[in-house]
Amino acid sequence: MPANRFNGFTDYGIGIGLRIPHYAHIFEKKPGVDWFEIISENYMVDGGRPLATLDQILERYRVVQHGVSTYFGSAEPLNREHLRRLKALVKRTKTPWLTDHLCWGSVDGTYSHDLLPMPYTFEAAEITARKVREARDFLEVPIAVENVSSYAEFHMSEMTEWEFLNEVVERADCGILLDVNNIYVSSRNHDFDPYDYLNSIPAERVAQIHIAGHSKFQKYILDTHDHPVIDPVWKLYEHAIRRIGPTATLLEWDDSIPSFDEVHAEALKAEKYIQAPATAGL
Amino acid sequence: MTLLELQRRMMKAVMQPLTSSDRIAPKTEDGRPMKIEAAEFITPNSRLTSLERLEIYSRSYWYRALDSLYDDFPGVRAVLGPQAFQRLSRAYLAECPSRSFTLRNLGERLAGWLQRNPRYAGRRHALALDMVRLEWAHIEAFDSAAEKALGPEDLIELGPDLRAGLQPYIRLLEFEYPVDKLLIQVNRASEEHEEASNAVLKQKHDGLTRRAIHLKRERTHLAVHRMDFTVYYRRIAAEEFRILNALREGQPVGHAIQYGFENSTASLDEQQRLLETWFAAWAELGWLCPPARVKKARVTT
Repeated sequence: MPANRFNGFTDYGIGIGLRIPHYAHIFEKKPGVDWFEIISENYMVDGGRPLATLDQILERYRVVQHGVSTYFGSAEPLNREHLRRLKALVKRTKTPWLTDHLCWGSVDGTYSHDLLPMPYTFEAAEITARKVREARDFLEVPIAVENVSSYAEFHMSEMTEWEFLNEVVERADCGILLDVNNIYVSSRNHDFDPYDYLNSIPAERVAQIHIAGHSKFQKYILDTHDHPVIDPVWKLYEHAIRRIGPTATLLEWDDSIPSFDEVHAEALKAEKYIQAPATAGL
Repeated sequence: MTLLELQRRMMKAVMQPLTSSDRIAPKTEDGRPMKIEAAEFITPNSRLTSLERLEIYSRSYWYRALDSLYDDFPGVRAVLGPQAFQRLSRAYLAECPSRSFTLRNLGERLAGWLQRNPRYAGRRHALALDMVRLEWAHIEAFDSAAEKALGPEDLIELGPDLRAGLQPYIRLLEFEYPVDKLLIQVNRASEEHEEASNAVLKQKHDGLTRRAIHLKRERTHLAVHRMDFTVYYRRIAAEEFRILNALREGQPVGHAIQYGFENSTASLDEQQRLLETWFAAWAELGWLCPPARVKKARVTT
């Protein structure tokens, strides 16, 4: 079920994040990549090289926008200037769907530039869902929210993280960007079974999947996007694909970025899992 | 506790400046032990206390913000040296946290803040302030909008009563020090260092800081602009600076020229020659564009 109303009824395959160190390789070698994910905020400017580069990419490749600072979970209203710029970018890229995180990061107009964890309360679910709906109505593009890695939980939480995710997406009637690495990281940090999380996800709402590497510290795991994907995360991915069906998948690699070929090859490892359900059905 | 109350408390705790050893602040803004504050809203687990969990976010916030300033202001770093730059960054962020959805704008209030807080630059205050302004102008020139440039045929029609605008990406600056030369050296050194060891990097940066100390005052007028998406610093004459500023403000060309040469000692012939040279250069660089509608309306009323 790759094509659904949360990813604009598209059937995108495996993509990678568009990152500056790879620009020269992409423009020179023009590698075959199914799609690129861009960080929206990097291109929400008025002109100059960022937009010129993006236009060059758009001539040849399909692009999906991924945001980092809409902060659906912040109690304050959506930032209108942010939304206005985001909409201009949506028109430019013609992204079939748009993603951002299920988190908060701003209060009273002050920004942390971090993906801060939500308290899993009904109040928070309602506020978040309302903001997702407002953003979707303004941007006129399907929205999918991504589960984040977290390192803290709150006394005031009234449900599990996956119950909260379901509560938000049902109320907002939006899609899910399922980050299986984030599920793994949070499961280790908060001692839950990642398969319980995966099995609770409404499969029909998954618009896209993220995979990534992380860093292990003595007492916790940090979502650093600076390593290859580890085997337990591939296993989770395999399970997710079995439940959901072949789904647009993106490898995130944001720090200590290796060559384009290395990143792309790591992403393409997902192929064998995506093809498995189809083969099994033959 | 409501969602808003929780977010206000956590944000305040996360943004409280780290200790000198990069640990979370021991006290909240109002003097309560941070350990108690954290325990009131964050649950511990078997490996981490509430405070340790909060500390992960506090460090992450500070490291990200400090890294952003570090990347955006290499010239200020060279002027002040790494430790003074670190002190300045922490103090600035404590007083002026981000008010924008993008980290690009993190340094937008640095010049104003440094003007009010000269102690963070000591004897190099004027030089550091010039450098902050130049580096912020660089950021703005890099990705600000561009309008369709006026071509030579448009300029022929440009009479004294007509108006011309200046490209939105151009920044016009007046400095006490020749900071453009210093910043070019800093950037060149950084490029060279991408292939050098950390020891060489430190040696060269120390050298640039020493050079900055001995930089002589020299009134400098600069246009920070871009060509083919690369930012350049172009020295301009004081009169040229005044004319361009007046054009940007929406003055008719004749008024702008009059204003530009107001206190000039150049003869009329010399002024004529300079104008021809400047307009030709501006046309070639694509600096002039149709006047902004709002500015035009403001001037004509």
